[in-house]
Amino acid sequence: MATDTDVSTGVREVFDHHYPSTLESVDLAENEILKAAEQAGFDEDDQHRIGMAVRECMVNAVVHGNRYNRNKKVHVRVLVKEADGGRLTINITDQGEGFELHEVPDPLHDNNLLRHSGRGLFLMGAFMDDLKVRKAEQGGTEVTLVKNIGPKD
Amino acid sequence: MSVKLNTRQVGDVTVIDVSGRITLGEGASALRDALRELTAKGNKKILLNLGDVTYIDSSGIGELVSGFTTVANQGGTLKLLSLTKRVKDLLQITKLYTVFDVHEDEAHAVRSFA
Repeated sequence: MATDTDVSTGVREVFDHHYPSTLESVDLAENEILKAAEQAGFDEDDQHRIGMAVRECMVNAVVHGNRYNRNKKVHVRVLVKEADGGRLTINITDQGEGFELHEVPDPLHDNNLLRHSGRGLFLMGAFMDDLKVRKAEQGGTEVTLVKNIGPKD
Repeated sequence: MSVKLNTRQVGDVTVIDVSGRITLGEGASALRDALRELTAKGNKKILLNLGDVTYIDSSGIGELVSGFTTVANQGGTLKLLSLTKRVKDLLQITKLYTVFDVHEDEAHAVRSFA
């Protein structure tokens, strides 16, 4: 693992990897980030929530973003800030065609409750303290998942 | 560890004991296949025992929902037994907890089909 620290921000990069677009990558990324979450000091329940958010995000990147295309990668970066109570930031970027966030149906709407799929983004938001989705500069979708280590709201 | 399914009959209720992970891929598809096979055979009372499920993701939730509607469309009922705290929490935040008939006790669950 890399341990580069930006002295000005106190943010340390603890993981940086490009994964192939396979389901195996989902498990591998989840396991790596679970290790990082444990080292960062999250309790078991929070580790589970972080792992699950990462799993949902990786599945979206591999299945919906890169569509299992082996020529496309999923870039995963994990950053830890220890000051100000501490914070874990996970960036997951695919090389897909992207999507419009406002077009994603609300999985809690009565009409959507019994849908087979469409709960991934909602769960990421539910399990993390912050969720951002944007078009990556180099194309594809970049999702940022943030979990605070210190006291929650 | 992936998912393991064991099917047994208690009176006219088919109980599926599920253990391990219900996640995208093998786990979710194994559950889907088992439920489709049972409904194709005409089993209409199905109790899904999730007591030993260690992990379930949105794909696994999707299979529970699809199983529920598949069984209902065949005129049957799918109920859930022994949810772990994490599975229960997941069903609550996705507003699915009240969609399913959830039981803690197997004997009580079996009787509830009558």
